[in-house]
Amino acid sequence: MKNMKKVISLALTAVLAASMLTGCGGNKADSDTFRIGGIGPTTGGAAIYGTAVMNAAQLAVDEINAAGGVNGYQLALNFQDDEHDAEKSVNAYNTLRDWGAQIILGSVTSAPCIAVAEKTQADNVFQITPSGTAVDCVKYDNAFRVCFSDPTQGVISAQYIKENGLGTKVAVIYDSSDTYSTGIYESFAAEAATLGLEIVATEAFTADTNKDFSVQLQKAKDAGADLLFLPIYYSESALILSQAAQIEYAPVIFSVDGMDGILGVENFDASLAEGVIFLSPFTSTVNAKAEVFSAAYEEKYGEIPNQFAADAYDAVYIIKQALEQGNATPDMSESELCDLLKAAMVEIEFSGTTGNSITWGADGEPTKEPIVIKIVDGVYTIM
Amino acid sequence: MQKEKINLISKFKNANKNFKSNCITYGIILAAFLLIQILVSAGAVSNLIKGLLVPLCTYAILAVSLNLTVGILGELSLGHAGFMCVGAFAGAFFSKCMVGAIPSAIIRFPLAILIGAVCAGFFGFLIGIPVLRLKGDYLAIVTLAFGEIVKNIINCLYVGRDSKGFHFSMEDTASLGLEEGGEVIIKGAQGITGTPNDSTFTIGIVLLLITLFIVLNLIHSRDGRAIMAIRDNTIAAESVGIHITKYKLMAFSISAALAGVAGVLYAHNLSTLTALPKNFGYNQSIMILVFVVLGGIGNIRGSVISAVILTLLPELLRGLKDYRMLIYAVILIAMMLFNWSPKCRELREKYSFKQLLAKRKNKKEAA
Repeated sequence: MKNMKKVISLALTAVLAASMLTGCGGNKADSDTFRIGGIGPTTGGAAIYGTAVMNAAQLAVDEINAAGGVNGYQLALNFQDDEHDAEKSVNAYNTLRDWGAQIILGSVTSAPCIAVAEKTQADNVFQITPSGTAVDCVKYDNAFRVCFSDPTQGVISAQYIKENGLGTKVAVIYDSSDTYSTGIYESFAAEAATLGLEIVATEAFTADTNKDFSVQLQKAKDAGADLLFLPIYYSESALILSQAAQIEYAPVIFSVDGMDGILGVENFDASLAEGVIFLSPFTSTVNAKAEVFSAAYEEKYGEIPNQFAADAYDAVYIIKQALEQGNATPDMSESELCDLLKAAMVEIEFSGTTGNSITWGADGEPTKEPIVIKIVDGVYTIM
Repeated sequence: MQKEKINLISKFKNANKNFKSNCITYGIILAAFLLIQILVSAGAVSNLIKGLLVPLCTYAILAVSLNLTVGILGELSLGHAGFMCVGAFAGAFFSKCMVGAIPSAIIRFPLAILIGAVCAGFFGFLIGIPVLRLKGDYLAIVTLAFGEIVKNIINCLYVGRDSKGFHFSMEDTASLGLEEGGEVIIKGAQGITGTPNDSTFTIGIVLLLITLFIVLNLIHSRDGRAIMAIRDNTIAAESVGIHITKYKLMAFSISAALAGVAGVLYAHNLSTLTALPKNFGYNQSIMILVFVVLGGIGNIRGSVISAVILTLLPELLRGLKDYRMLIYAVILIAMMLFNWSPKCRELREKYSFKQLLAKRKNKKEAA
């Protein structure tokens, strides 16, 4: 009798283990909602980006559903954490596939996005990344992006500086341990060489040494640079600006979309950022749609949206427009939807918070006007 | 035939304890492999689990290999992720270069694994010479530093290839001076992208079995006994003529080489390889150490089981959303506290499989 009990308990354990393995197998899409799977870091060091994307995407989905959905069908969003890690990102993708996701929104950061793109391509699932800037993120024809790629930003920056005569001797400070920063720097350097823009100092730092920039700034000053190009995020830019003021070095500062948010840095003297020029896809005042979005986002989440949020918000509306263009219905398989959306993406012209009349090529890259912003009297002003 | 069979069984019964224990370890893994294969072919396994199969093998290999250093050699190493990183980049670099020359993954991948293992083992040997003179905390600190150094060097390493051969730089891609049509293979912080996805569950299991075979055989060999003698009492071991440096280096480099194998498996499972703090930093090293400690220091089978459980756990807790990391941490603390507590061990012994068999035997004999 005692043995019997043990046999039964063993059998039950086996069943439990098996059910754990198969757990999510049967949960397939019901045919009246489009299922969008979002991937991004909501925990860990890059959580600020992932959370912004998650919130903004949810906001857009709620708005669309309240307004009657897409082609009369509702949208459902499931957002999974990837901790800014390629391996975890693939796990998140697989979890979403088990949930029945038909469209992938993500990943938010570049390296995880490349890993996920490999899987979506194999499964033929449509993928749109709001903010994966590395070139390889949209290597395959099923992947598209909302933001500019790293090389595009570098090239546009160099051209803008040259055309507007902002400076003749350029110094660059960049983060050599960051893919985003090195990507922009490299294309900037290449484009500067072809345009005849002189780079007099190139100084690098890493994620471990991003507190003290006095050496780099002194070198830039000694080299006589009259323009400082900063392809980095605003938290480091804030330190650079205040340390440059200490050594009384005041070049023209030119930066990229990572600079967006500098005026919100705590304990930072905003007057130091006066006159800073940067490229950005988004500010809350860029157009009417952006103003509406910013107000709605602030009301719901209590903070001003950053560019990641805007990209994600647009991404959901882009999916909506492409679905409408292709007359899609939720009972299609993800492979059919992917083929349909791929065709629709190159046909649509999208106007949203990050620009007007954006179009896409079959390579997945968006074509849109870059917005150049200058900080005047402590506010972001479009030039 | 019948007689032979009985002979085999009785041989197994009389075989020494180690041999039986090893067979059980291999048996568990083979059974798990077969079970999963059957479930996969029946279409009963979710995508998540399917995607996790290769990482599970990777982490199990890492845990077993670290157990060789921590459990058998008795030295605390916090740089295991560094060896994994070396193996991963060496293997991925080879595959990326050779993907044109050797199109067949069956030939290319074993070579990549071999190269990853040799590179990591070589680094283990190099680091081992000065480091193994240190003990305890000092060794831990130096290996910790080694892991960080490897990560940082790879983050600023640029390697390109054109018709003239390979170009190296620590600056940026422009300074490589590549010809038209040259290809950048390792791109600093952007790492290696486009590694062929050669890793499969079957290869992972084979590698895990090979790892176990190497480690278990080493432990129960003459060399293994010498290594354990060093762990238990260095002075006594030295006095009976055991070559301390040789055996320490042997264990340390084998451990590093096996970590390199895991690295190659990791690199070929994803199409992007970057040396982030998340995957090759000291956090990862400590994570592997946690697998070892939870599974029992010196307990090889335990390492495999704990690596599998701790890798699966955060993924299976995904339903809990943002609380999952919190719950994971709480479970980890609880497991650490109770898994090896005397009461728990007593309980486990009481209800162990071995005990069950013994009872049955006793009953039979009584009858």
